[in-house]
Amino acid sequence: MATDVKANVIEGSLTPNALKSDVALKLLKKTGRGVGGFFLSFAIIFIIIALWEAFPRFGWIDPFLLPPFSEVLGNTLNLFKTGEFFKHFNVSVVRIVTGFFGGLCLAIPLGVFMGWFKTFEEYVNPLVEACRNSSVLTLYPIFILLFGIGEKAKISIIMWGTVWVVLLNTISGVKNVDPVLIKSARSMGMRDWSLLWKVILPAATPSIITGVRLGAANSILILIAAEMIGSNAGLGYMIFYYEARYAIPEMYGGVVFLAIMGLAVNEALFRLEKRLTSWHEKSIYFGT
Amino acid sequence: MDSTTDSATNAARQTTKIEVRDIQKIYRVKKENGGGYDDFVVLKDVNLDVYAGEFLTLVGPSGCGKSTMLDLLAGLIPNSGGEIRIDGRVITGPAMDRGFVMQAYALFPWLTVQANVEFGLTIKKVPKTERRAISGHYLELVGLTNFANRYPHELSGGMKQRVAIARALAFDPEVLLMDEPFAALDAQTRETLQDELLELWEKTGKTIVFVTHAIDEAVYLADRIAVMGTNPGRITELVNIKLNRPRQGSRGSAEFGWIRHKIWQYLQPEEAVKENFPVVGAADVAEVIDSQATL
Repeated sequence: MATDVKANVIEGSLTPNALKSDVALKLLKKTGRGVGGFFLSFAIIFIIIALWEAFPRFGWIDPFLLPPFSEVLGNTLNLFKTGEFFKHFNVSVVRIVTGFFGGLCLAIPLGVFMGWFKTFEEYVNPLVEACRNSSVLTLYPIFILLFGIGEKAKISIIMWGTVWVVLLNTISGVKNVDPVLIKSARSMGMRDWSLLWKVILPAATPSIITGVRLGAANSILILIAAEMIGSNAGLGYMIFYYEARYAIPEMYGGVVFLAIMGLAVNEALFRLEKRLTSWHEKSIYFGT
Repeated sequence: MDSTTDSATNAARQTTKIEVRDIQKIYRVKKENGGGYDDFVVLKDVNLDVYAGEFLTLVGPSGCGKSTMLDLLAGLIPNSGGEIRIDGRVITGPAMDRGFVMQAYALFPWLTVQANVEFGLTIKKVPKTERRAISGHYLELVGLTNFANRYPHELSGGMKQRVAIARALAFDPEVLLMDEPFAALDAQTRETLQDELLELWEKTGKTIVFVTHAIDEAVYLADRIAVMGTNPGRITELVNIKLNRPRQGSRGSAEFGWIRHKIWQYLQPEEAVKENFPVVGAADVAEVIDSQATL
């Protein structure tokens, strides 16, 4: 009987709730992303590359449709050497940086304002929701119509894709700041700007960062799509261009590079999030 | 501060620190059926003097406006009539002559324990080295020196409240306003913190206004208890608590029980007391405690 109870208690202690205890968490983190886990992730990537090499080589798949990995790598390196790749890369970077950061500069201050003045936000909220939920790319023709097929249309559609999600997360972050914290700061005579700067913004940071991460993912997606539709340079254009010229290995090179770029951006933002919100309990439990 | 502190505070007891004069607080609430507004009187004609260095507890049933009273003292909400003076000056809003401690701790989760304690000092623009010294001093007073670099979520409830108290003391207010600060803690931690608070009070000589709904706590801590009643919220009794200090171990004494019972009686709706609980004298104390225990 007694041992049964004990066993239950021990089993019970493995529920997610109990894992919130510091020690268990640290153990979990260590074993979960330890040296073994690291090698395993690499092994999986290695196996996939090996299969990619093997399938076309042994004729299990048409090598025209999927050239062996080594060929893709070789041809892509060649693009690096000739500088052809960087031409497109630079164009894309300028577009995404302008669009994405422009979007942030617009959305974060506006979101703070709207979160602070709740009545205003209540009126505008349906509009914001409608804008966020309309598929961005269906609006692209309108953007081209308004701004032409040049940079303006691309940068502004990237901005559009960034703004709404960042705005909504900023608003909810500011709106949901624990009123007790505001009361506490006010009791010490804190007001207006310093209250906003020292209490509201830090408290809303986790929510804002979530918006920024989602916005970044959006903006890469939109960048590529926009470059595929009406463009003469950029990574999205490059991929389409090589596909049209049957330069299939180069096309795959572009696709893989974009995947790596997406990963890198996400990882960078994840680290930023961890740095800025290390005080936040959740970042420990739900970290990737 | 030296050995004269005690007699100094005793003498100072007679000087008034806070004067509450005819304070009213009225909220406008929408009428339930249809248009128009009703006035809901939270506090009506509250008058109260709090003496310098005094430990005053406000006790009352929920809805009597005791927390509202504290918010008014803090200057966090405007009153609807009357005035509150501190050292003779009418208060117009929150200021750093008053420190505020809440039930929900209200620590800033993105700041370390030390930075939380220094929060008020940064508002006052105290230079960093001085800040460090002050926060170090108060963290030592609450026994959390080793937790200076932790974040609030790593602390227990009792530790969080210690940090909140240190934060309120650090910018050296003359008055400490405490809104049910120990209500969320378990019984043992609560008693420990009560003793620690009394110790801090004696060391610092602050004037403390402490809101609670727990009669035990009110009696244990206070020099005076202001008993509040509801509908409209008002002060119904002011009771001097003449239990000797220090009061550790006094909770079980007959005297303590008698005072507690007295306060409890004051808190009953008037009719109920008259009918069922005739006011008891000291001789009946033992009996009263027995009947209380069986309830």
